[in-house]
Amino acid sequence: MPAYPVKVQPPTEDKRWGLVMATMKRHGYQSNAMIETLHTVQESFGFLDDDSLRFVSKALNVPLSKVYGVATFYHFFTLKPQGKHTCVICMGTACYVKGAGELMETIAKKYNVHPGETTDDGNLSLVTARCIGACGLAPAGVFDGEVNGKLTVADTLTKLTKWE
Amino acid sequence: MTLEELQEIKAGEELARSQKKKSIHVCVAAGCMSQNAEAVLNTIEGQLKEKGLAKEIDVKGVGCMGLCAAGPLVSIEPENRMFQEINPANAFLVTDNLEKGKKTTNDLASDSPFFKRQYKIVTENCGVINPERIEEYIAFDGYLGLYTVLHDLDQNEVVQNLIKSGLRGRGGGGYPTGLKWSTVAKAVGSKKYVICNADEGDPGAFMDRSVLESDPHRILEGMAIAAYAIGADEGFIYVRAEYPLAISRLKVAIKQAERKGLLGNNIFGTTFNFTISIRLGAGAFVCGEETALIASIEGGRGTPRPRPPYPAESGLWGKPTLINNVETFANIAPIIRKGADWYASIGTETSKGTKVFALAGQVVNTGLIEVPMGMSLREIIFDIGGGIPGGRKFKAVQTGGPSGGCIPEEFLDIKVDYESLTKLGSIMGSGGMIVMDENSNMVDVARYFMEFCMSESCGKCVPCRVGTAQIYDILTKFAERRATEADLTLLEELCDVVRNTSLCGLGQSSPNPVLSTLKYFKHEYMERIQAEVNQE
Repeated sequence: MPAYPVKVQPPTEDKRWGLVMATMKRHGYQSNAMIETLHTVQESFGFLDDDSLRFVSKALNVPLSKVYGVATFYHFFTLKPQGKHTCVICMGTACYVKGAGELMETIAKKYNVHPGETTDDGNLSLVTARCIGACGLAPAGVFDGEVNGKLTVADTLTKLTKWE
Repeated sequence: MTLEELQEIKAGEELARSQKKKSIHVCVAAGCMSQNAEAVLNTIEGQLKEKGLAKEIDVKGVGCMGLCAAGPLVSIEPENRMFQEINPANAFLVTDNLEKGKKTTNDLASDSPFFKRQYKIVTENCGVINPERIEEYIAFDGYLGLYTVLHDLDQNEVVQNLIKSGLRGRGGGGYPTGLKWSTVAKAVGSKKYVICNADEGDPGAFMDRSVLESDPHRILEGMAIAAYAIGADEGFIYVRAEYPLAISRLKVAIKQAERKGLLGNNIFGTTFNFTISIRLGAGAFVCGEETALIASIEGGRGTPRPRPPYPAESGLWGKPTLINNVETFANIAPIIRKGADWYASIGTETSKGTKVFALAGQVVNTGLIEVPMGMSLREIIFDIGGGIPGGRKFKAVQTGGPSGGCIPEEFLDIKVDYESLTKLGSIMGSGGMIVMDENSNMVDVARYFMEFCMSESCGKCVPCRVGTAQIYDILTKFAERRATEADLTLLEELCDVVRNTSLCGLGQSSPNPVLSTLKYFKHEYMERIQAEVNQE
């Protein structure tokens, strides 16, 4: 490991890299900043592509294999671009007991998309969550960042139709 | 910060409160927030301004009031008149009824068993204070515990206090907290760490989230007291990235505490220094296990390692580390303030104090409750929870998440504590409590949990990685009615192997849902076998 952190230039001119650089700087370019850095990359760009993984690996002086390992280990990180809209259906126990499975099936069937995938036109990503902690309002979902509780099949479809 | 300054802030808050005639509390924890509580808050403020009451009546957003099912909740203080399901369109019900008297359609009886049967220690400030103002926390004796500890007690006395209180780890393991603290305090090394485990991964549990969102300073104070007792100067809160509201409130709280000199260097004019930083999880259930959590804070994949050495000896970056759950830390300040004897007087012989449960599933009053240890499951589900909706029949209650088990009706009268639940093949766990009615099929429930464990297994040890997948396959056979008698035997054997040979708690406890349903609902498994025989 070099005595001084080697300053690595971001892969593109994109201004969003500034945020990523700031996170790494805040942690002194330590290798343990990797998860925090990947969070910032995903927040800024929506997903982790190969270039960003390579960049993080160089900037933090961690083998690419390790960065890739971390990025694929945690569910929160995604290596594929997300659709224009994201619909998260909570599959926690409380939601499951109250019919989240049925909700999921209906959406998957109607939009012809499997959980964890994006529709062919890139409009809708269907995501499952382990538990979003809104068990009191089961079944719950997150529509483009907005948490909604006590979902029925009908009002879920109404929400999704608005995005079409 | 000095004691005088602390008291000054408290007096200032009390004065401000006495100058207002009434105060309206709007719940802005995640549950109500997702039902538009912020708009309710703004609407009420606007309506008071129109009526020219803005000066007399205080309006504030507060933490979780508990009854999430009836949200957004609003209450008028000091008389504690509660309203349920308030939205911007019917917010006038609150502002038109500030004086006692007229009953409205949205009244919520604040003397119902749901509220009356609870005993609040951890959640005493939830629904009372504005979580984003440190002054309000101080007004309710916040940081007084930390002052007492720093000025009146030496490190050993703090640990002795904790041991005497009988507090046990609230993350699920139930290890005596005082004992853990004393081990870390005795560990050799000049650098030690305190970690707060806020990686609440159990599906069906949201106690920690609610506490973090409603009363974040309580956690900071608990961690600071722990740091003093064990001789640490750096702390981490490992919190799920799925809880954005909790994260932002924690950040606000840490900043406020730093500005007031309650975190940082020379706290309360002593030589004690302590800083706290936040680390985000990234959606891995196994990171709730302490060694995996440490690996994750260090920036790697969250895989557990064999213990010993325990984190108390060799934890974060090889240094002695104390890891406690959010709820455990939330208990610390009250124990210091009110005394270990007071705390030890609540609860049962072996389990002291209270426990926060997240009551969810097929029960009328879903939400957050805190009850003394030793209350029976029946009281929790039927008195506080209001029973099963729609007149359906109770079937089982699932405690402890994917590591726990299902408890059938005949055991509803047992008193809830660590030992009694373990005896029934379940665990206390972190406090998720999912009620299931007759419509739930137990084989499907077991399969659901096994699917969870299978996908959350980190893959490091074989019994867990392969075993959970094999158990899941067998359960799928049952679900599809392809199973035979031999499958049942194999299932039992496999569960035994996975339980006894897995590396960490995730694997060891993953067969619990299967074993407990096999024990109490074997006929449902048998039905699926017989169905096949009949077809032939």
